[in-house]
Amino acid sequence: MEWLSYSKPLLEGAWVTVQLTFFSTLLGGLFAFAFGIGKISHNALARGVAIFFIEIFRGTSLLVQLFWLYFALPVLGQAIGVDLRLPPLVAGTLALSLNIGAYGAEVVRGAIQAVPPSQHEAAKALDFTPRQILWRIALPQAIPEMMPSFGNLAVQNLKDTALVSLISLGDLAFRAEQIRNFTQDSTTVYTLLLLMYFGMALVLTGIMKLLERSVGRWRTGGT
Amino acid sequence: MTQPIIQFDKVVKRFGDVTVLNQLDFNVQRGEKVTIIGPSGCGKSTVLRILMTLEGIDSGVIHVAGKPLWHQYRNGSLAPADEDHLREMRKEMGMVFQQFNLFPHMTVRRNVTEAPIHVLGLSRDEANERAEHYLDLVGLSDQADKFPRQLSGGQQQRVAIARALAMKPNIMLFDEPTSALDPELVGEVLNVIQRLAGEHDLTMLLVTHEMQFAKQISDRVCFFHAGRVLEEGPPEQVLTDPRESRTREFLKAFIHPA
Amino acid sequence: MLLGIEWNTANDWAFALSILPILLKGLVVTVQATVVGFGIAAVLGLVLAALKASPLRLISWPARIVTEFIRDTPLLAQLFFLYYVLPEYGIVLPAFLTGALALGLQYSAYTSEVYRAGIESVARGQTDAARALDLSALRTFRVIILPQAIPRIIPALGNYLVSIMKDVPVLSVVSVLEMLNVAKIIGDRTFNYLIPLSMVGGLYLIMTLFASAGVRYLDMRLPKQGLPLR
Repeated sequence: MEWLSYSKPLLEGAWVTVQLTFFSTLLGGLFAFAFGIGKISHNALARGVAIFFIEIFRGTSLLVQLFWLYFALPVLGQAIGVDLRLPPLVAGTLALSLNIGAYGAEVVRGAIQAVPPSQHEAAKALDFTPRQILWRIALPQAIPEMMPSFGNLAVQNLKDTALVSLISLGDLAFRAEQIRNFTQDSTTVYTLLLLMYFGMALVLTGIMKLLERSVGRWRTGGT
Repeated sequence: MTQPIIQFDKVVKRFGDVTVLNQLDFNVQRGEKVTIIGPSGCGKSTVLRILMTLEGIDSGVIHVAGKPLWHQYRNGSLAPADEDHLREMRKEMGMVFQQFNLFPHMTVRRNVTEAPIHVLGLSRDEANERAEHYLDLVGLSDQADKFPRQLSGGQQQRVAIARALAMKPNIMLFDEPTSALDPELVGEVLNVIQRLAGEHDLTMLLVTHEMQFAKQISDRVCFFHAGRVLEEGPPEQVLTDPRESRTREFLKAFIHPA
Repeated sequence: MLLGIEWNTANDWAFALSILPILLKGLVVTVQATVVGFGIAAVLGLVLAALKASPLRLISWPARIVTEFIRDTPLLAQLFFLYYVLPEYGIVLPAFLTGALALGLQYSAYTSEVYRAGIESVARGQTDAARALDLSALRTFRVIILPQAIPRIIPALGNYLVSIMKDVPVLSVVSVLEMLNVAKIIGDRTFNYLIPLSMVGGLYLIMTLFASAGVRYLDMRLPKQGLPLR
């Protein structure tokens, strides 16, 4: 059966996809918090930077962002005399994380602002500083609110990783294309491809649900 | 005459078009237990919130423990207070809210120790000792490791009282502490507040509809109307035989056992 | 020269100006792909939603699995599948249509959710009242549920329209000459990727701004309680 012989290179590609998803989602999460908190900051500079990145990476296509970082940035570098050539892995991870970070920022911002004002008042009455209130009182209560949306964004990110195959990064989609080019056996290869992504997505959804539950422990269920 | 610990001088507070506090003059002596009563919108909660620096004022001056609250002295004259000054002044007061407002993501113990550690700079051991003391005072030392959602309303409010007390404020503010509780849970909270009233040095300002209770613990009862103190005096006088007709009108809604 | 237009490499500004009409030709294709893809997504999503709502498990369960499958697999993979596998079974579509079909398929999973959520958000009390008045199921749906669901559904669909627009560049892998593809080809030939790609980014920002504003306007104009019936 041909599909058995395809599985080795496909699994190698899948492993690249998994790593790419993991790191870009993690980095994207950091960006989401940075941009989300920055957007509601009192500091005008932080607000400006946050809004700038959010608008750019939510308002343009991911593939455009990816191509820009991989093809256009080096040209910019040449013009200013700095070597800004990014290897496919860096360009891919960066584009993915900035993209998911921009969408995640809105989730973060919304969840923080959804924490009841009475919590802020109680904390203020105890004389906490605004920064302490954000990190100790508001954020811990906001995070369980964010998890469902983060789950969706993580799966979206997994799907988006397929685009890095277009800048020659050896992920699952890239390997599938390679095999098809070689064997012309489109049906088998692409069916396998779709099934493997589906499988990874289900696993990722399961992981995110587990995370969601563990983070919201103080809200429901056992002690 | 000793200087009052709380002094409101011609304080005006507006919310949009509505004037909630109208040139209010209001004093509280150190160690006094004062209950504020009045119809909704008369400004009684606002007085507490302004003292706790949760709301500002539009004009007038407030002094707490001899120092201006919403103002500070700069080059000899009064200017609006900055955040540092407000933070200093906040330490004088502790507040208990109608909706308890416990931090849901923290255990009872952590709710009580968090501010002493991160605001007052106590060590974890010192804070835990304090927490034990005050949780014991409110009768909840065995619940220290529970989360707020596992406690009844009355228990949560008692934790809230312990949390405020752990900061060792000189003035305790109670904003309708039992209004959100089921009737059978009101008593346990009132008992705790009554015990606190036994402390001579603690100044207490209470906004409540529990008239019987007010009679028991207050040194003075103030009836607020239209943003001012309309009538004040000892509880036996104001609550049983008020001078003003408006006070009488208001109290008609509450049942007075003889 | 691309799509019949020459570019001017005298200096950066001349270059940018001269490729703008070429990029705009690509933009037209982008818009066309967006509209067709959205149309397919809207119709397909309705079908999926109807199937998922069927009381027959035999119909609703496969529909739900298919929806989940579409939602959890990348657009790129679905596009490859349609482009290379369909011809093996005798269906040969032009690249543009294959691309639009892939977009429509991917987003039908999302639009079916929009329909479901929009209809379910119409309060239970409404259907109860309709039943108490003995209105038929069809009439209830047409006259009570639909007018109230539409103001919620349309803005949500509008947002997905904007998302589809941002996914159109993926079609470049099957050589559809949308905006990004055009810019990349210009870059391949002139080695100056910076200007074309940045311009595409800028054009996308403008389009997204307009489209989002349009969706917000629609959202504002649609009465929240439902389309008025006299």
